[in-house]
Amino acid sequence: MTTAALPMPRAVPLWRRIPVWRLVFYAIMSAALYASYLRLFHGLGSVTNLSNEFPWGIWIGFDVLCGVGLAAGGFTLVAIVHIFHIERYKPVLRPAILTAFLGYVLVVVALMFDLGRPDRIWHPLVMWNPRSVMFEVAWCVMLYNTVLALEFAPALFERMQWRRPLRIVQAISAPLVIVGVILSTLHQSSLGSLYLIVPSKLHPLWYSPLLPLLFYVSAISVGLAMTIFESWHSAKAFGKQLEWPLLMSLGRLLAVVLGVFLVMRFMDLSRRHVLGAMLEPRPEVYLFYLEVALMAIPVVVLFSGAVAERPRLLYFCAVSAILGFVTHRLNVSVTGIQAMTGANYLPRWTEIAVTLGLIAAGFAIFRTAAKYLPVFEHPVEAEVREST
Amino acid sequence: MANALLYDSTLCVGCKACETACAERWKLPYNDQVAEEAVLSDHKLTVVTTHGESFGRRMCMHCQDPTCASVCPVGAFQKTALGPVTYDAAKCIGCRYCMFACPFQAPAYEWGSTTPKVSKCDQCYDRQKAGKVTACSEACPTGATTSGDRDAMIAEARKRIAENPAGYYPRIYGLQEAGGTSMLLLSKVPFEQLGMPKNLPNHALPPLTWNVLSLVPDIASVGSVLLGGVYWITHRREAVAKAEGRQDGVRQ
Repeated sequence: MTTAALPMPRAVPLWRRIPVWRLVFYAIMSAALYASYLRLFHGLGSVTNLSNEFPWGIWIGFDVLCGVGLAAGGFTLVAIVHIFHIERYKPVLRPAILTAFLGYVLVVVALMFDLGRPDRIWHPLVMWNPRSVMFEVAWCVMLYNTVLALEFAPALFERMQWRRPLRIVQAISAPLVIVGVILSTLHQSSLGSLYLIVPSKLHPLWYSPLLPLLFYVSAISVGLAMTIFESWHSAKAFGKQLEWPLLMSLGRLLAVVLGVFLVMRFMDLSRRHVLGAMLEPRPEVYLFYLEVALMAIPVVVLFSGAVAERPRLLYFCAVSAILGFVTHRLNVSVTGIQAMTGANYLPRWTEIAVTLGLIAAGFAIFRTAAKYLPVFEHPVEAEVREST
Repeated sequence: MANALLYDSTLCVGCKACETACAERWKLPYNDQVAEEAVLSDHKLTVVTTHGESFGRRMCMHCQDPTCASVCPVGAFQKTALGPVTYDAAKCIGCRYCMFACPFQAPAYEWGSTTPKVSKCDQCYDRQKAGKVTACSEACPTGATTSGDRDAMIAEARKRIAENPAGYYPRIYGLQEAGGTSMLLLSKVPFEQLGMPKNLPNHALPPLTWNVLSLVPDIASVGSVLLGGVYWITHRREAVAKAEGRQDGVRQ
C-alpha cells in the first residue's frame, strides 16, 4: 500500500531547464545572508532606512502585512471544504494549507528580523496587554501557526505511514478547522485595526474605520488568487493536468469577493466625503489608481466570461489581483503614511534582500514539500485506513 | 493628584538650559553639536526649536490616555497617577508600534544598538515621586517651563491669556489634543508654527482600536457556534444521505 507514498510524477526541475534561475536563487540567498549578518551584529540602523519618523518599513508593510494576507488561502479553503463541506475543492486544499503554513512561518522569521529584540518574541505570552491590537495579533498568529501545523500534519503522517498520529489529528479535525477559521478572521482583520490608531498620520484615501473589514475581505480575495496562482505553477512544474473547472469556479469566487471589496472601498470613500482627494495630481493618488485598476481589471475580465477555456487569462487575473492586494497594503503602510507625515523612506538594498530571500526560501520549501509529501495528489484516505 | 508641565513659549529665550539639564539627568552626552540638533532622538529627549522670533519645545507629551500605553503588546508603558508616562525597557520587544502610533512622534529608537530601547522623556518620574519638580523646570532661568498640579497649571495658563490677550494665541495646546496631555503649551503664534502636530483629534486615540478589539470575545463565541452549526448541518446531511443509501446529499 505504497500508493500514497509514491513520489510525484517525475518533474523536470526548473533549474535544469533554465540554470539562470538557480543562479538568481543563490545570489538572492547570499545577499540575504549577508544582510542577516549585518542585522544581527550591527543593529537595525545598519540594514534599514527606518527612522524615528518612519519606524515601520517593508518588513512590516510587505513581509508581515502581505505575507499574512497571501497565506489566507489556507483558512478560506478550509472553510469551503471542511465547514461548508463543498468537497470538489479538495484537490487545492492541501496546497493552500501548505502555502499558509509556510507563509506564517516566514512571517514569524520576518518579524525576528524586524523586532528590535527578537530574543524577547515570547514576551507577549507572559506580559499581557489586552488593549493592544498587536497583542491580539501575536496570540492569534501563534495559535494559528499551531493549527496550521496540525492541519498540514496529515500529509507528513500519510507519507511516513504513521497511522496512530494520523487518526488522532483526524479525530480533532472538526474543532481544529473551526478554531482556525475564527483565529484567521480575528487576526486578518486586526492587521487593518493596527492602522486605526493613526487617524492623523494616514492619508484619508486609506484611513477608514472600515480598515479591519477591508483587510479581511481583501485577504479572502488574495487567498483565492494565490490558490489559482500556485495551482498554475505547480501544474507547470510537476507536468500535471490543470484542475481547470475547479480553477474556473475559484476564479468566479475571486471576482465576487474582489467586487465586494471594491464596492465597500468606494462606498466608504464616498461616506467619508474624500472622493475629491482622488482628483489631486499627487504621487500617492496615482498609486491609489494603480491599486484600484489592478483589482478592477480581474473583476471585469472574469465577469465578462472571456476566461472560458483560456487558462492563461485566468492566471493573469490572479496575478493582477495579487499585485492589487500588495499595492493596497503597501499604500496603507508606506505611501499613505509618507503622504501625511512627509517622512522619507525608501527601503535599503539589505531590506529588499531579506524580503526577496524569504520569498525565494518560500518557493524552494514549497517545491521540496510538494515533491516529497502528498500535497497535490490527495491520498485515498480509505486506503490508508484499510491498510491499518 | 496629577501633575503637568507648562511651557510658555513667550517667556522662552532659547537658552537650552532645559536640554542640558535633561541630558545630565539621563547621563547623555551634550555638546555644541548635540545642541544644534533640532529633533528628538535616542540621545536627545527634549528639544528647544527656533521658529523665527519664537521658540518651541518638543518632548513626550504624557497624554492623559496615552496611545503608546494602549498599543504596546507587552504593556511596557504606564500612565502613572502622578501624570508621567513611564517606559519599562525590560519588557520591550522592539516592535516600535508605540513610535508608529504616537500622535506627537515623541518616542525615539536606538537604531545603532543590537539591544535597542525606546527613548522618551519620563517627566522625571523619580524626582516627582520624591516631591521634586522636573530637572528642566528647575533649570529654566526665565520660568518658561514650570511644573505642578495639572489643574493649577491650566488655571495659570488661562490667567496669563486673560491678562494679556494680545500677547497670546488664545488656546492652550495639550488641553484637548489627543484627549489632553500632561504637557501644556502657550504661545504667541498658532502652535503648528512651533512645529506642533495639528489636525489631531480632540479625543483620546485608544478607543479607536478598543472599539474593534472589544468585539473579539463576541466574534470568537458567536463565530464558533455559527461555524459549528454550519459544520454540523453540512456533515449531517451527508451522514443521513449515506445512511439512506443516497448520493444526492454530497455536493460534488
